[in-house]
Amino acid sequence: MDWLYFLELFLSGLTKGSIYALIALGYTMVYGIIQLINFAHGEVYMIGAFTGLIVASILTLLGLNTLSILLLASMAAIIYSAAYGFTIEKIAYKPLRQAPRLSPLISAIGMSIFLQNYVMIAQTSDFMPFPSLIPDFEFMEPYAHIIGSPELVIILTTMVVMIFLTVLIKFTRIGKAMRATAQDKGMAMLVGVNIDRVISMTFIIGTALAAVGGILTACHVGQINFYIGFLAGLKAFTAAVLGGIGSIPGAVLGGLVLGLTESFGTGYISSDYEDVFAFTLLILILIFRPAGILGRSTTQKV
Amino acid sequence: MILELKNIQAFYGNLQVLKGVTIKINEGEIIALIGANGAGKTTTLMSVCGVVPPRFGEIYFMDKPIHNMSPDKIVALGISQVPEGRRIFPLLSVMENLDMGAFLRKDKAGIKQDLEYVFELFPVLAERRHQSGGTLSGGEQQMLAISRAIMARPKLLLLDEPSLGLAPLIVKQIFEIIRKFNTESGTTIFLVEQNANLALKTADRGYVMETGSITIQDTTKNLLKNEEVKKAYLGL
Repeated sequence: MDWLYFLELFLSGLTKGSIYALIALGYTMVYGIIQLINFAHGEVYMIGAFTGLIVASILTLLGLNTLSILLLASMAAIIYSAAYGFTIEKIAYKPLRQAPRLSPLISAIGMSIFLQNYVMIAQTSDFMPFPSLIPDFEFMEPYAHIIGSPELVIILTTMVVMIFLTVLIKFTRIGKAMRATAQDKGMAMLVGVNIDRVISMTFIIGTALAAVGGILTACHVGQINFYIGFLAGLKAFTAAVLGGIGSIPGAVLGGLVLGLTESFGTGYISSDYEDVFAFTLLILILIFRPAGILGRSTTQKV
Repeated sequence: MILELKNIQAFYGNLQVLKGVTIKINEGEIIALIGANGAGKTTTLMSVCGVVPPRFGEIYFMDKPIHNMSPDKIVALGISQVPEGRRIFPLLSVMENLDMGAFLRKDKAGIKQDLEYVFELFPVLAERRHQSGGTLSGGEQQMLAISRAIMARPKLLLLDEPSLGLAPLIVKQIFEIIRKFNTESGTTIFLVEQNANLALKTADRGYVMETGSITIQDTTKNLLKNEEVKKAYLGL
């Protein structure tokens, strides 16, 4: 067995999985709080990438260095996407909070199609080249044949974001309010939690993470268009379901499992079936563990 | 007067549940609201909390109108509820559940003091403080629900069916502590119970509710002797 090849596949799977995990967190957090699959989430990821591209282009014209461009473009993308997340909830989901569960779902699909077409009209339907904002680090040179600098940055960034999110959810006031709201919305209200604010906060955090994923992927892949959010969103959604929708560690685990499966499947079997591996895995998990890897099976009370 | 409900009417969709309820509660009292299943007792409490706002009528808390306020604002004024079925956050630890009770408070020293107080009232919670809420027994969950409400340091405590589904011995213990908390802290308590006998023995005054209206109100001493109450609610 070729261990180097194995390691290469492992690291590329980890990179992919990290991105899936970043996006999946948004799905799972929103689902945890309001039991809605936010199908517009992939689009926010795409909008994050576009914002990054626009800001990076302007800053390049101004002649800044690559690292500061990357940081500023990421910041802009995070803020812009979070504003989108906040607004989407207010426009498309909040008015439907008392409606049957299917209504906000349809609203979400509508929002997704709207945002795709809006970006297509406002920008272009062509693929746009995305500058490689992540520089090739010198100290990485000896390992360049196993893992590139962008992959390393993606994996490390994701790890930092996960730690930050864990601390936020576990120890802060808003984190506790989010967990309480997810477990019993009515009771959270009765202890004085402002539910609207918690829901908004969830959307803001989730979409900010998607923006980070959007920028990092765009740097890595090197091109974007208005449609990239669709497949990324679908895969991340798969990852969230795989890990157990509503569970935060589940989303991360699901993302990594999915990324690794795709990577090993492509490397050892055939690259033609990349998406087939992802969805075959999903079907298998759903057959044997319907609630996902870390999901808790819920019995509905009638 | 700490709480006044003036002729409130509340609806679930088109279904009218409260048909003009008037209740007055004085500071420091324990008030019992008794009645059959579906009479509208829980809805009355939910109206006070702003979860089911009344469509008509007014609610005053310490002379302040609260019938148009959101639940979190009402909690901030000093009303906290122990809802029916306890509603413990199942995946939060006992400690975190208690923290959630004090969610709107900023006075760290006061919170610590109240925490010691509830652990004194219910020592079993101190033992289980790191256990998640969902793993507690029914009685322990009720104790936790009451403690969580106390952690808000309320001026008015609403208790919805605290005896529901609990063993008689636990019920007795919990009602003794409710009494004790009322005497020690002077907190006003609004108690909703199906177990009329127990409620009337605990409270100072009582209201009887039938299909969305108050039919009888009196001191509990008189209610316990009232022929109608005896027949319908005390099973005598």
